[in-house]
Order: sequence, then structure tokens, then C-alpha cells
Amino acid sequence: MGPETLESLQNEAIEEVLAAYPAKAAKNRAKHLGVDAPEGVKGACDKTRSNKQTVPGVMSQRGCAYAGSKGVVWGPIKDMIHISHGPIGCGQYSRGGRRNYYIGTTGVDTFVTMNFSTDFNEKDIVFGGDKKLKKALEEIDSLFPLNNGISIQSECPIGLIGDDIQAVAKVHKKETGHQTVAVSCEGFRGVSQSLGHHIANDMIRDYVMPDTAFRKDYESTPYDVSIIGDYNIGGDAWATRLILEEMGLRVISQWSGDASYKEMANGPKAKLNLLHCYRSMNYISRHMEQEFGIPWMEYNFFGPSKTTESIRKIASFFDESIQEKAEAVIAKYTAMTDAVIAKYRPKLEGKKVMLYVGGLRPRHVIGAYEDLGMEVIGTGYEFAHGDDYKRTKHDIERSTLIYDDVNEYELEAFVKKLRPDLVAAGVKEKYVFQKMGLPFRQMHSWDYSGPYHGYDAFAIFARDMDLAMNSPVWGHSKAPWDKEA
Amino acid sequence: MQDVENIVNGQKLFLKPEYQAVFENKKQFEGTTGAVDPKKVEEIAEWTKSWDYREKNLSREAITINPAKACQPLGAVMVGLGFEDTMPYVHGSHGCVAYFRSYFTRHFKEPTPCVSDSMSESAAVFGGLANMKDGLRNCNALYKPKMIAVSTTCMAEVIGDDLNAFVIGAREEAEGELDNIEIPYAHTPSFVGSHITGYDNMMKSILEQLNPPKAEAKDEERINIIPGFEPYIGSLREIKKISKLFGDKIIMIGDHEDQWDTGAGEYKLYAGGTTIADTKTAINAKATISLQKYSTVSTAKTIKNKWKQDYVTCNPIGLSGTDEFVMKLSELTGKEVPEELKVQRARLVDAMQDSYPYMHGKKIAIWGDPDFLLGMVSFLVEMGSIPTHVVCNNAPRKGWEDEMKAILAKSNSANECNLWPNKDLWALRSLLFTEPVDFMIGNVYGKELYRDTGIPLIRIGFPIFDRHHLHRYSISGYEGALNLLTWITNAILDQLDEETKGIAKTDYFFDAVR
Repeated sequence: MGPETLESLQNEAIEEVLAAYPAKAAKNRAKHLGVDAPEGVKGACDKTRSNKQTVPGVMSQRGCAYAGSKGVVWGPIKDMIHISHGPIGCGQYSRGGRRNYYIGTTGVDTFVTMNFSTDFNEKDIVFGGDKKLKKALEEIDSLFPLNNGISIQSECPIGLIGDDIQAVAKVHKKETGHQTVAVSCEGFRGVSQSLGHHIANDMIRDYVMPDTAFRKDYESTPYDVSIIGDYNIGGDAWATRLILEEMGLRVISQWSGDASYKEMANGPKAKLNLLHCYRSMNYISRHMEQEFGIPWMEYNFFGPSKTTESIRKIASFFDESIQEKAEAVIAKYTAMTDAVIAKYRPKLEGKKVMLYVGGLRPRHVIGAYEDLGMEVIGTGYEFAHGDDYKRTKHDIERSTLIYDDVNEYELEAFVKKLRPDLVAAGVKEKYVFQKMGLPFRQMHSWDYSGPYHGYDAFAIFARDMDLAMNSPVWGHSKAPWDKEA
Repeated sequence: MQDVENIVNGQKLFLKPEYQAVFENKKQFEGTTGAVDPKKVEEIAEWTKSWDYREKNLSREAITINPAKACQPLGAVMVGLGFEDTMPYVHGSHGCVAYFRSYFTRHFKEPTPCVSDSMSESAAVFGGLANMKDGLRNCNALYKPKMIAVSTTCMAEVIGDDLNAFVIGAREEAEGELDNIEIPYAHTPSFVGSHITGYDNMMKSILEQLNPPKAEAKDEERINIIPGFEPYIGSLREIKKISKLFGDKIIMIGDHEDQWDTGAGEYKLYAGGTTIADTKTAINAKATISLQKYSTVSTAKTIKNKWKQDYVTCNPIGLSGTDEFVMKLSELTGKEVPEELKVQRARLVDAMQDSYPYMHGKKIAIWGDPDFLLGMVSFLVEMGSIPTHVVCNNAPRKGWEDEMKAILAKSNSANECNLWPNKDLWALRSLLFTEPVDFMIGNVYGKELYRDTGIPLIRIGFPIFDRHHLHRYSISGYEGALNLLTWITNAILDQLDEETKGIAKTDYFFDAVR
């Protein structure tokens, strides 16, 4: 397929999809769809409309502010207890689905995979839930004496009934001396989980950053860095940590996968903040730059090309000793990743991929696919802002269909039209495409495999893509008695 | 480092020395007690297993920890998917719908269609009417449903959106586009009851809103069967198979079997489901059988009081539950119990008699929805097992406890059986440490109890995310009871093998024949 054909197909796909909508919705959706290419002057990445209200009545894949705060930013902090404050559902549906790996004794000094809920009933809605919340905080402290703080994650009704959870948290903190943070991340706020990230970051700024208790005896080194915006899905942050430590850096905190409260409170002692998920954690990185003078840089640890590029960029912030070690790390792993590519590229070369994920992955994983000779022909974000699309421009390698907040109807239509060999998105989409006989990988949870960050992880990524693409199961759809079409 | 000839994932990768060093190194920065003071962790961990802790834990009033229930709209979505070409539509934020879809998809390993009208701040202030007007039209244009089943989230309920008025308003403004579409609606506040309440509310709404206020003509052969919140599509299939033996006019209302079990080759948004035509004549039936009494409490009122129809409940899990269901069908249809079922029953009893020694006397902790528990506990008692802890997080206010006590009273170890209504799984953890059992039966969340207590978990219930295809089997009917017998007995045998595999130590009892 030549680039012109691909581009015209992509444009046709958009036209066809828009034709299905009533006029008002079509007009809206047209602004979120487009085509871009590396050589495009003003392509879709520059002008795609994003971070806007989802069209009502469609199957959007988006989550809510609560999901952004509890599910992403606060929830993985392992030694705090995060209360889902409100009705029972939200805590239950968000329980244990994100594979934020951690080490600790669950239920004793770590709590990530548990569900704490104030389990609202009608009475709480009518009379308010502040008293129940206060009691809940006391019960938690009495049953879990080793918790290092509590966060209260508001569900929709809290803001609507006007409960003063900030006051409850303040009183509890005063009475117990324990960190207690009330996060107003009600699901109806904003247009997606993205606002939840921002709200969550603001609360970390206001409550965790000013806590200097641990910083008093802290002994700094010139090589102290923090990993920011890595949620340790399948152990990603650990794989990243290994590389950084091999480079001679000292990782003083991980945000927020496998994070402990103390690490985050000591965050301001870092010399450099390394930001992986820009969308969810740029806010706190900017704050730390302003408030504590800590520079931050984005990096990408998907696939050897990007990992190597990022390692060099990180090393350039430090002295020659680090730069030398960085080169040694690159050299150490290159033979292995070359072998991985040599093994898998022949089986994956030229295969077309369409992506649809959140956070940073719609752009960051492109390089990893291209390293394996696979071609990404469509990508989009659930909850990006304009700056995410601008960043995407640098990562696309060919004519690429760009879709913002794409819903199930559109994605299905795009896939049918462009016929990729692999779709990489989330669990809600997974079985739709597998039924069509299309290989699929979940790129939110790495399909229960992983890690995917770093060099070792690339080997797993390559093996998983091969497993998906070259499984014999995709060939079984047609029964032997079915006549050739 | 990875070896290209043997690439391993995190499970084995992180055991390599270089990663173990990373973990060790990280501890110096952590405030987590285990990193600083492992002894303290051990001390508290031991305390959590004590009677003292249990007392504190069971007297909790405000915080729910590790619940075994979900919220209303989830059940409403299940109902919608049980009808022909029906799109479940949730009036509220799309975040909820993303959760419902993920939750069901992880359980069934199947796509779960459902839309929302994406309410946000402006809707919180001005109400969600504008969202519904656009939402219903867009939903109709894209997904071409015959029916849109509207339910609400807690947000829409708190701001007091009136679905009746909204649906009328949306229809009026749609310039005829929505005229041929059924749009039943139900208020399903998440802060009342649980997912089974939502099931009930949506089922009642669909039946009321699709049927005339009064029956036209009684159809003496027609019987409705309402399955309830049923996570086992195999059970739906089995129930329909049994019903078919008694006649063609026994119709399942809310049949989501096909929707969550479509084949490979082509993706279709809708599959199977009760037809709109059959739904619209449900009122003319001679009787309605509900297979889950506590999932259909208000639906029952409509059918009994307004439709003046016989409304009976059967719980066809286990032997006696299935017997009652079969006899009820026989009674209602006036037909003899078919030979096929007699043979099936005899085979089941034969199987129960073959393997009873393994289940007999085994202490079992079990949790789940109220009707599921009534059926399962009844089966355990039939097999001579001891339901030591029966936990129901969403226990109904009326009737259920008495029913369950009556079943437990039949146990030959009735004094060892404990009923724990409205307790969560963190409470169960205390019960398991202080009064241990041999096995647990429950959903995926039991795996944490398994890790903490070492008590083997037999996965039966909802949701089950971490094992594949169990939901394809039946737990209802004689076939279902045979499945339960197979799963439970063989789990017990697996455990026995595990305990006796120690070479030259315990393997004197490692038998080839059990």
C-alpha cells in the first residue's frame, strides 16, 4: 500500500464515519478526526480538537475524574489507604484492574488492591455523609495502625450534596497527626479522567509537598532523580529503575506505582524529575520546577530506539561519569535487543497497527512497534489535550489516522476500512476485534503480561506481539465446510 | 538480563538477582513499615488474625472493606442486554459506563455494549435533559436499536432528573426519529441496594412500560421465566433446555445468553435476547417464574398485583432446588416430568453418591448474592458439607435470613453454621482466621483471602476475572448440580494430592485412585 493510497483511505474512513451521525454530532466529531504525516505541514496533530465534552449517546471509552485521581494518581501509593467516598460501585469497579505492582504486606502496611468504601445509602445522601466519613477514618486507624495516611476520593454525590470533606479531613489530621487528604475528584467534573489527574496533582502539591518531616535528615547526592508518572503496570517502574541505577543515578522516589508516602514527600530533594506519563503528572512536575527549582524532562522507555535516545538525554543532565555509564548500559543491552529484533522482526515486518489508549502510550509505543518493523497507521487518545497531539507529531512515521475520544462505533469502522493486522487498545475493545479474527493486545494493562518499559521489557513486548500476530488461533474462524467466498 | 532464547515476563524476570537488588535498594527511601521495621509488620499481621482484631473488625459501622457487591446500574445494564437489539443507556457520566463495560467484559471475556449521555458539570447545574435529547438521537443513529433501556447513575439521581419527562421531551424533539423505538427507563440510584436492586428496577420498568395496563387475553400455555442477575450464561442455556421439554411457550424474559457468548468470525453488536414481541405479551402469560426471588422483589409486585398473574419463585441450584423447579413446570403445564429429566436426575444422584465422602463434613465459607447463596448452600447441605460461614454483603432486609436459617437448620451440623448478613470480605478474613474452614467458595476477590489464609478457593460466583470460561457452564438444573459437584469434589481432591505429594514424607497417601 503506497502512502497516497493509505492517506486517501484514511480520509475516506473519516467521511464514512461522519455520515452516520445526525448533523450536530457529525459537526462536533469532525473536529476530532484527521490525518497527519511526518511531512505534513499543518496536519491533524496540530489542529485536532481535544479535551472536550464527549458526544452524548455513544460508547465512549473514557473514564471520569474519580478514575483519574483514585485509579491513576493516588490509588497506587501503597502505604496510604484510599477511601472511595460515596456509593459502593466506583471502588468495586476500579479494584485491582490496573496491575499497579507493589511489594508489601497487603492489609497490614500496604493497601493498593483493597477496596475501602463509605458505601453510601439513601440516608447518607439525604443527611450528608460527613459523620460517616469521620467514623470511617477512625475505624481505619484502629484496624490499620501501620497506614501512613489516608486519602478520600470523592464520588459524584459528594460535591452535589455539598459535604465538607475537607473539614472532616482537617479535623482527623489534627486529632491523629496522620496525613489525611480529601480529594474532590467527583466523576462528573471535567470531560474525562484527565481532570482527575490534575485535581489529584494539586492535592499532592498542597498536602504532600509541604510535608517536610522526612526531609530534615535527608542526605542528598548529586545523582538523585525521581521517576514521575510511572504506575508500575506489570512492574514497569522497576524495569526502569534498574536502568537508571545502572547509569549511576539514585532513584529516590517513584510516582506513584509502588510509591510510599515518604518517597513522595521527599520528592523535592531530587535533582531531576523524569516524567514518563506527561498527561497525568506534568502538573506536579511544573510545580516542583517552580517551587523547588527541579528541572524535569520527558522520556520514553518503550522500545530500544527510544530508550537509548532517552538514556542519552537523561545522562546529558549529569557529569561525564554518568554519561560514560549510560553508554555502557546502552552497550550492555544492545546485543540483547538486537537479538530480539533479529528474532522477531522477520515475523512482524510490515504489519499494520492501530492504537487507541490513554496517557502517553498513543505516541510513546509507536517507536517500539517501528523497532520491530511494524507500521502504526492510526492512533488516538481517550483524554489527551492539544499538547499531547503536538507531541505525537514527532513520533509518527507515516500517514496516520488521528482520532480523539474515538468511540466504539468509529473505531470499529476505521479498523474495518484500514484493515490493520493488529489492534492495540483496552479491554472494552479487545473482544470486538478478536471476534473479527484480528490479533489484539491490551495496551493499558499489557494484557496481564509485562513489564513493557526498558530493555528487558522490550523482549517481552516483542514476544507478546509475535504471540498475538502469529498465533494459529486466528486461522480457525472458517470451518472446513465453509465454501471459499 | 533477558535471554533471547527464553524470554520471561515479570513473574520470573523480577526474581533475577539484579531486580532483587533494585527492590532491596528501594527500601532505604520507603516509609512503608515492612521496609523499615519488618518485625512490626509481623506483629500487626499476627494481631489481625486474633479474636481481639475480629471483635473490632466485626463491629465496624462506617467503612466497608472489600465488599462483595456492586451498584444498581450494573444490574440494569445486564437486563437491557437480555432483550433483542437493545442498547443499555445510562443517564449520567460516561465514567460509570466505562466501569460497567470493563467489569462485565472481564468476567465474560465478551464485548459489552452500553452507552451513556456523558453528563458533566453543566448537566449537574442545569440537569441532563439536553444530554438525553442529543444522546438518544445519536444512539439511535449509530447503533440502530429496537429498544433503548435507560437507567440512571447516582449523579442523575442526586440532581433529581425526571426520566419520564426527559424521554417524552427527547421523543418530541427528535422529529419522528425515535417514534418506532421502545425507550423504557428506570431510576437506579447507586446508593440504594446493590446490582440486584438495579436488575429488579430495570426488569420491572421494561415489563410495565412495554405492556398494556391490563391483560388482553390469557394464554394458558404461556409461562414467563425471569432469570435474575445471572452471571452464568450456561445456566440460562440449561434452564431454557429444561423449559423446552415442557413446551414452546415457556419464554425467558431477559435472556442475555447469546449477547455474552457470540462466536468468532464476525462481530455483531446485538445477539439473541428476548424478542420485543414476546416481551409485549408477557402480561398474557398464565404465570411467571422468577429464578431469583431477591433480584425481582418489585418486579414480583407488578406481576402479582397489577397483572394478576401467578408469580412463583424457584431456585434451581442443587438437587432439591432443581426438583422444585421441574415440579413447578410440571404443575403449571399439566405435563408429566419428561423421561429425559428423570434420567438426568438419577445420574446426578448417582454422581452425588459416588463422590459424597469428599464433600461430607468439609467446612466451607461461601459468599455472594442472596439467591445464589440460597441455592449453593442448599446444595452444600445436600452433600453433607458444613457451610461454616455464609456471608451476604447485599442481604435483603426481609425474609432472606429466615429462609437461609431454615436451609442451614437441615444441615447435620447446623450448630456449626453461621450466617453473616451485610458483612464484607474483610470481616470474613477475621472469621477465617479465628474459625477456619477447609475450603472457600466465592468470586475473584476470594483470592486475596486465599493468599492470606492459605484456604483453597473454589471459584463460583460473580465476578470471576482470573479464570477462563467458567461462566459458560451451568450451575443450574441437574446438569448444573453435576458441574458444581465436579468442581468442588475435584478441588478437594487436588488439595488432597497437594497435601500428600511430599516425597518420602507424605506421599505414602498419594493415591492413583481416589
